[in-house]
Amino acid sequence: MSAGEISSVGTAGVAPEHLGGRGAWFRRLPVVHQLRQSVGLQRGMLVAGLVLTGLFVLVAVLAPLLAPYGWSQLRDLDGAFGAQMPPSAEHWFGTTVGGYDVFSRVVWGARTALLVVVVAVASSIVVGVLLGLVSGYFGGWLDRVLVVIADAVYAFPSLLLAILLAIVISGGQSSMWGGILAAALSITVVFIPQYFRVVRAEVVRVKAEAFVDSARVLGTGSWRIMTRHVLRNSTRTLPLIVTLNASEAILTLAGLGFLGFGIEPTAAAEWGYDLQRAVADVTSGIWWTALFPGLAIVMAAMGMTLMGESLNDLADPRLRSRARSSQVAGDVAETSVEDGPTKGERA
Amino acid sequence: MASRSTAGSALGRYVLVRFLLIIPTVFILVTTVFVLMRATGDPITAALGGRLTPDQLAERIHAAGYDRPILAQYWEYLTGIFTGDFGRTISDNRPVVEILSQYGTATLELATYAVLVALVLGIPFGMVSGYFRDRLPDAVLRILAILAYATPVFFAGLLLKLIFSVWLGWFPVAGRVSTDGEIAMQVAGADSGFMLVDAFRTGDPAVVLDVLSHAVLPAAALGLLTAGVFLRLVRTNMISTLGADYIDAARSRGVRESRLVRKHAWRPALIPIITVAGMQIAMLLVGAVLTETTFEWRGLGFQLAEYLQARDFVAVQGIVVLMAVVVAVTNFLVDVVAALVDPRVRY
Repeated sequence: MSAGEISSVGTAGVAPEHLGGRGAWFRRLPVVHQLRQSVGLQRGMLVAGLVLTGLFVLVAVLAPLLAPYGWSQLRDLDGAFGAQMPPSAEHWFGTTVGGYDVFSRVVWGARTALLVVVVAVASSIVVGVLLGLVSGYFGGWLDRVLVVIADAVYAFPSLLLAILLAIVISGGQSSMWGGILAAALSITVVFIPQYFRVVRAEVVRVKAEAFVDSARVLGTGSWRIMTRHVLRNSTRTLPLIVTLNASEAILTLAGLGFLGFGIEPTAAAEWGYDLQRAVADVTSGIWWTALFPGLAIVMAAMGMTLMGESLNDLADPRLRSRARSSQVAGDVAETSVEDGPTKGERA
Repeated sequence: MASRSTAGSALGRYVLVRFLLIIPTVFILVTTVFVLMRATGDPITAALGGRLTPDQLAERIHAAGYDRPILAQYWEYLTGIFTGDFGRTISDNRPVVEILSQYGTATLELATYAVLVALVLGIPFGMVSGYFRDRLPDAVLRILAILAYATPVFFAGLLLKLIFSVWLGWFPVAGRVSTDGEIAMQVAGADSGFMLVDAFRTGDPAVVLDVLSHAVLPAAALGLLTAGVFLRLVRTNMISTLGADYIDAARSRGVRESRLVRKHAWRPALIPIITVAGMQIAMLLVGAVLTETTFEWRGLGFQLAEYLQARDFVAVQGIVVLMAVVVAVTNFLVDVVAALVDPRVRY
């Protein structure tokens, strides 16, 4: 097992990618590559994660076909749905206190969550990687300032920061796209420091490598060295941060919704908001309004966490063998992204 | 930043530098919060916009000084915080400091319980998981840890409430103490804010039991989330220390396996655990906000949600700044402890 893992890491991260061309880059794609290399529990976790995530994406994409009603639909031809109706043939998951169909809102909620995750993760990667690259490559005072700011933002409790940003961006309530963008941007700002730190640390390491020097000697421009030589070799840990961030994005979105800072129920379905409305229901023994949106959050977040965890494991051996020789806190923190790479610089 | 000093006072220097680094962090946090909250306009319009006439609004804004230049307000805000003045809330016109001291203890109490639950569950199970790496106990425990992480703390809270309070009736549904207990405390003059301490001071076992039964479910909800993180942390570090050469050496000397885990592998694994566990304080505070809202646990988080609903941004600002400062200071303390434990951690 360990042999397979080490060889996977060998092709994935250490070999300078600029020699490999496009084929190597494709083989390095997370999922595809790691799935082949993984065994046992790690493969099980990866497969389970992929299945859950695939299910989540599928439900989100096919929401119009799957959902029997609209997310803000209160009545059909037979009249109003009625509030807090228990699960039945017409309403599989029952209806909410506001008279919405729980099943439909759970299905439509997947779409909202997916949009937020995609927008949040994509924009934080672009900004974080760019800042990390520039900061790590050029160094100097800009680097120091950015590091201090990133540390400060990183130390800020993420949900609180997201709340403040949601207030700024949308005044706390908004339309579907306004709400999705507000939630996504709030989450983006929270995530940028994570990508920044990881990419910066890698860039600082990679730019000392011989192939960067030789490129410089050949007269290659800074921008080309940064994008072609340094960046390609600094993205080793990104896939697992992406997956862990994606699950964190879902949880943050739900947290925002639960505190009443999500998306208006008429604008889009959002699981966190539905759970907030269900708090009072639970006290009176009405379980269906809380259980189903909650399970949806757990399954979506779980799928991506499982993927992230198994990717983390698969990336581990190389780092662990290094950790064994020096036993420094930094090496451990570096391998486990979610626990914070703060201490990485200290080693 | 990582220039190594061989001077004898390296620890003192490290602590000093680390302490001085709090200042820019807190400054950036406070400034960020100020800018974000003011970016949307003045807090009075936000809170009372629809309810007062434009003239009354202008009068209130003028009285509170929100029509002055933004820099003057910023300066006043900074000096205010420095002297412990966080302003007055808009919705109920109370000093923010009073709210912080009144409800801060409740949050601290909840966080303490949660950390206890997390330590009691997370550390032993993490050791078991690390020892039985990739075997059945590890697989089961890891899945449970991921489940704990992927479940939003408010959903876990709602489920616990539904099962143990509503259906089984074992624990109260919400709150920190019953009315009888509260009266007993008032009679005894116990008002420290720590319910358990106050309950002991009444000398009535029934009151102590009452307070404890209120704490069980919130502590379990928040504690399980944190336990999942701890388990993962302990496991990773156990695995890396269990692979070390000196463990093999100890094993070949015939040291019993249980002693190997508890003494030899555990101690060095502790250092990174202290560091990273301390950094979870931000996560714990966010979790507390959501847990308190679920269980009507009247702490800072519950209050924050209330003020968010009321759009009282002065109060929100105060609570958020306090939490951010708590996180920054805790991180500092954790780093100092880590430096004391591990002589390699120095600037």
